[in-house]
Amino acid sequence: MAEITEDTVKHVAKIARLDLTESEIKKFTQQLKDILEAFKKLDEVDTTNVKPSFHPQEIKNVLRNDEPKKWKWDSLANTKQKEGKYFKGPRAV
Amino acid sequence: MTKTENILKKAKDIQKKYSCFVTIADKIDTNGKGKLRGIAVSVKDNICTKGMMSTAGSKILEGYIPQFDATVVERVRKEGAMIIGKTTQDEFGFGTFSVNSAFGIPKNPHDIERTCGGSSGGAGCLTVLADFPHIAIAESTGGSISCPAAFTGTVGLTPTYGRVSRWGLIDYANSLDKIGVIGKNVKDVALLFSIISGHDPMDSTSLDVKQEDFTKYLDGKIGGLKIGIPKEYFEKGVDEKIKNLVMKAVKKLEELGAKVEEVSLPNTDYALASYYIIAMSEASTNLAKFCGMRYGLQPELKGNYDESFSNARKEGFGEEAKRRVILGTYARMAGFRDAYYLKALKVRTKVIEDFKNAFKKFDVLIAPTMPVVAPKFDEIAKLEPIEVYMMDILTVAPNLAGIPMISVPCGEVNGMPIGLHIMGDHLQEKKILQVAYAYEKVKK
Repeated sequence: MAEITEDTVKHVAKIARLDLTESEIKKFTQQLKDILEAFKKLDEVDTTNVKPSFHPQEIKNVLRNDEPKKWKWDSLANTKQKEGKYFKGPRAV
Repeated sequence: MTKTENILKKAKDIQKKYSCFVTIADKIDTNGKGKLRGIAVSVKDNICTKGMMSTAGSKILEGYIPQFDATVVERVRKEGAMIIGKTTQDEFGFGTFSVNSAFGIPKNPHDIERTCGGSSGGAGCLTVLADFPHIAIAESTGGSISCPAAFTGTVGLTPTYGRVSRWGLIDYANSLDKIGVIGKNVKDVALLFSIISGHDPMDSTSLDVKQEDFTKYLDGKIGGLKIGIPKEYFEKGVDEKIKNLVMKAVKKLEELGAKVEEVSLPNTDYALASYYIIAMSEASTNLAKFCGMRYGLQPELKGNYDESFSNARKEGFGEEAKRRVILGTYARMAGFRDAYYLKALKVRTKVIEDFKNAFKKFDVLIAPTMPVVAPKFDEIAKLEPIEVYMMDILTVAPNLAGIPMISVPCGEVNGMPIGLHIMGDHLQEKKILQVAYAYEKVKK
């Protein structure tokens, strides 16, 4: 498995949209190495032909009828960043 | 003073010394009618309460006022409960000691230099200190009900995954989160559980199970019951004194007519890694929605889309949340997904099979809840993240399997309470409540 470096952490942070300080990057790099080293234990388990469990028990998909419903709440009630009936967001491009 | 003022004043006094609340209600309705009339119910801060701030212990949700009640809150209000406030927790549930909280760290009523456990630490803390009728709504992902129950000497029930609606819960890990109860005794816990459990169409993972009154099963009779003692839960890392007290409790249950035998759950050792990889992977996707724009913390919009959101998340997330977002994102990334995330899900299957095999023969399994007593805050400060995760070795496997479990007080080690952990098969809450009640009655 590829070694975790500060560049790995920076790359992941970018994907996760998380600004990290230099000292956080340093610290997390070491901690990630330690944690993933401990988690290597999983390689000892033979999981050939074992199905993954996405839930503790099998869950069936639930669908409701595709009918419009009136929304009970004011979606904008908790935001400071709005204009008229819309959220105001940062520049997208 | 009126009854209302009296309860709120007591809550404020407790808060001053112990920090178990994020928010205390301005007023409570004492005129409710129903099974919870006259009972104060506290709600863990990651469960939405209409008109009352709900932050999940995170700064990024500071100021967020839900416009609706979570299903569990709606159900307890209907039964006349007084919603007294929101209890402190680790941010989003990320922790074992409630120290990763943006709104105060709850202190253990038995020794204020020690933790209440986590992540539902405030719930455990308040349950000990409230001298008025009170039951707490708590929540567990990997042990967040059992741990504080054990550390504070209270009773904590984590239900079967899907038995209690998660609608209105601020998710940590969707395939693991369970809303449950912490109370002073087994009867209180059974009462609140009877009210909050049962199918809810608003949660697509809610099991098709009817509501039931569990208090009527509490008769103290457990003759013929088969108890399994999983040997892996008594191995290295578990305090000898805790093991002895747990086995003494098992002896009492044997005297009541239960049959006791050792059993092996061979994949126990792998549950911790499997749990953390799954929990962090799911957490990293759940936390993607917090971008400081629509609710909670809202810094000024600066720069483009990526820059603005990255900045809000930097300000709003605590250190453990950041660590879990990074690890969870990494474990799901192309090239690593099979090695970590998918592997963890397959190991989870093996852990579930261990339990399913054991429950073919046994009604319940009994083990210590936590390997140690509540540590001191200065000891916690020295622990590396992986050492903190290791504290969950006894609680992660049943949480990963989504089986119900209850922790009941089982004596003291060095003046601190410890927990007896009773685990049952899926939907067998009735059995674990019966055993817990029988033990509670004879232990005195």
